[in-house]
Amino acid sequence: MSKIQATFQRLQAAGRKALIPFITAGDPDPAATVPLMHALVEGGADVIELGVPFSDPMADGPTIQRASERALAKGMSLRKVLALVAEFRRTDTNTPVVLMGYANPIEAMGGQAFTAAAREAGVDGVLVVDYPPQECVEFAATLKGAGLDPIFLLAPTSSAQRFAEVARAGSGYIYYVSLKGVTGSANIDLDEVARRIPQIRAAVGMPVGVGFGIRDAESARRIGELADGVVIGSRIIEEIENSAPGEVVARVRDFIKGIRTALDQIGETAR
Amino acid sequence: MQMADTPYQFPDASGHFGPYGGVFVAETLIPALDELRQAYAECQRDPAFVAEFEYELKHYVGRPSPIYHARRLSEKFGGAQIYLKREDLNHTGAHKVNNCIGQALLARRMGKPRVIAETGAGQHGVATATVAARYGMECVVYMGSEDVKRQAANVYRMKLLGATVVPVESGSRTLKDAMNEAMRDWVTNVGNTFYIIGTVAGPHPYPVLVRDFQTVIGKECKVQMPELTGRQPDYVIACVGGGSNAIGIFHPYIGEQGVRLVGVEAAGEGIETGHHAAPLTANARVGVLHGNRTYLMQDEDGQIIETHSISAGLDYPGVGPEHAWLKDSGRAEYVGITDAEALQAFHDLCRCEGIIPALESSHALAYAAKLAPQLARDKILLVNLSGRGDKDMHTVAERSGIHF
Ligand SMILES: Cc1ncc(COP(=O)(O)O)c(C=O)c1O
Repeated sequence: MSKIQATFQRLQAAGRKALIPFITAGDPDPAATVPLMHALVEGGADVIELGVPFSDPMADGPTIQRASERALAKGMSLRKVLALVAEFRRTDTNTPVVLMGYANPIEAMGGQAFTAAAREAGVDGVLVVDYPPQECVEFAATLKGAGLDPIFLLAPTSSAQRFAEVARAGSGYIYYVSLKGVTGSANIDLDEVARRIPQIRAAVGMPVGVGFGIRDAESARRIGELADGVVIGSRIIEEIENSAPGEVVARVRDFIKGIRTALDQIGETAR
Repeated sequence: MQMADTPYQFPDASGHFGPYGGVFVAETLIPALDELRQAYAECQRDPAFVAEFEYELKHYVGRPSPIYHARRLSEKFGGAQIYLKREDLNHTGAHKVNNCIGQALLARRMGKPRVIAETGAGQHGVATATVAARYGMECVVYMGSEDVKRQAANVYRMKLLGATVVPVESGSRTLKDAMNEAMRDWVTNVGNTFYIIGTVAGPHPYPVLVRDFQTVIGKECKVQMPELTGRQPDYVIACVGGGSNAIGIFHPYIGEQGVRLVGVEAAGEGIETGHHAAPLTANARVGVLHGNRTYLMQDEDGQIIETHSISAGLDYPGVGPEHAWLKDSGRAEYVGITDAEALQAFHDLCRCEGIIPALESSHALAYAAKLAPQLARDKILLVNLSGRGDKDMHTVAERSGIHF
C-alpha cells in the first residue's frame, strides 16, 4: 500500500478529513520551500501538493501564475524541485508529497528518468494537469510500477465514462476540480459538489479530494463535510505574497492551523 | 518513409499524427472537445453546412482567390517561374478569415453566443472580430500586452468591429501567453463560449478542423494551376507560424508525389543565434504545449523559451502537429528564412509587382528567391501569399529609421 493510500485509510478510520495544501516549489525563493513544507505539516497538513513551476501554466489563475513566475525567476526547475523533496525527506519520512505540474518539464526529462528520480527523492504521487488518462497510459503505468500514485483530475463537466477511465488509470486519490475555471477562482458551487462527490466516490473506489476555490476555514469545513480531503492552494500563496520575509513560515503555519481546526470540527459535530 | 501506396489518413481517431497531436488538456475541457468533435463530424456530413460555408467564402470573403504569375519578379530572380496564390486579396487581408468563417458557423450550430480568440499580430483577432460582427456574436480577443503596444492599429480595428480586446500581462506577454489566457477563459466559460483557434495547433480536433477549413486554398490551386500552366507546380512554398496557411495549400497536394512541399519558418536573427521561431528547422526537442505534442522551442528544463521574428504572426514557439509529422515522414521539407531575407523579399515584391505582402508571407517569397535561380526557367514555384502587408507598415518603416 502506498503512503498516500495508508494516509487516507488512517484518516478515514479516525473519522478525519485530509488537509492537502498546495505551494509552488521555489516561491518566493528556493530556500523557503523546505521550511514551508515543514510548517504545513506542523499546521496539520496530511499530504503536500508541491507545484512544479512551468512557463505556461494554462490551468492556473493569476495567483499561482505569479508564484510560478517568481520561482522560475529564481532558477527553479524540475530537477531542483526533486532535490527539495529529497531535502524535506531527511527530516520528514511520513508526509506524502505529490508533485503537481504540467507535462512538458517531465517530457523534457523523460518519463522513465523522471519516475526513477522522483522515487529516489521520496515523491509519492504525481499529478500532471495536461495529461488526461488517455494521453499518458505508459507514464501512469511507469509511475505505478515504481510505487508512485498517478493522481488524476475530474471536473464538473466529466461524464460517468470519464470516471471509469480515471479509476482505471489512477491511484491514491481523485482530485475533483470543484468549478469550471482556473485555480484561485471564487465561484464554488456547493450543491454541485454535494451532488457529484457521492457519484464519483462510488464510481472510482478512491478517496476524493476537492480543490479550486477553497479560501478559508468556512469553505474548507463545508467542502470537508462532503469530501475525503480538501485542497487549498491560491489562498496559501496569497499568504506567502503578503508576508514579510521573516514571518512567512509562521503565517503559513497559523493559516493552516485554522483550516485544520475547522476540518476537525466536522468529526466532532458528527459524533 | 514511403507514402505512395497507402493513402494519407491522418490524424488517427484519437487525434494523433504519428507521435504528434493529441488532447493534452485539463479534464474540464475534455467534454467540450468531445462535443466539438461530434458537432464538427455532423457538420461535415451536412450538405447545408457545407453549402453555407462555401457561400460565405464566395460572397463575403471573395473567393476563389486568383493565382498570379509574377513575371517581373521571376525575371529578377532569374530561374523558375513564380506564381502567387493571392490570399492577400481576401476580405480582412489574409487567409485567416477562411478558418474563422468555418468555426463561427460551427459555433452558431452549437448554440454558443460568445466567441473568443488569441492573436499575435492581430490578423486572426481582426478576422474573428469580423465574423463575430457578421454573425452577431459577442467577441473577446486575448492579445499579449507587448503585441497590443506593437499593433495599435489592429487593436483599434478589432474595437471598431465590436470586439473586446484583453491585454495579457503574464509570461512573455506575446502570442503564446494570449493562447494560455484564451484557454483559461474557455475553461471558465465553457458552457456558452466557443474558442476560435487561429492556427492548426491546440488540442484535437482543432488541428483537423482548421486544416479542413483552410484546404480551400490548395483545392483551388489544384484547379487553377492546370488552367494557367497546363500542369501542377514543381514546388509549393508557404510560411509556417502555427502552420495553417501552409497546411491549407499543402494538404490537397500530399498525394501528388511530383510536387515538393516546402514550409518556411522564421529564422529571425539566424538559427545559430538561438533568436528565431523555427522549431522544425532547428530540430527543437519534442514536447507538449497548448494541448498537443509537437516540436517546441524550450530550454533544458522543458520551460518554453521566448521566440523572435520580425513578423509577429510567425513568432510562436511551437508548430502544428501535422507539420511535425510531415517533417518526420519526409513528405514536406522545412527551411528557415531570416528577418533580413524576408525584408528583402518584401521590398522586391513591392517594387517588381506592385504588391505589398505581409511579412509572414515574405518569408515564403524569400525562400522562392533563393530556390528559383537554382532551377530551370520552365520549373514552377507556387508561393502562398498568405496576407497583405498593410499591417506591417510600422515595422518596416521603423527598420528603415522612419517613424510616422
Ligand atoms: C498573413 C499571415 N500569414 C501567416 C501567418 C502565420 O500563421 P499560419 O502559420 O497559421 O498560417 C499569419 C499569422 O498571423 C498571418 O497573418
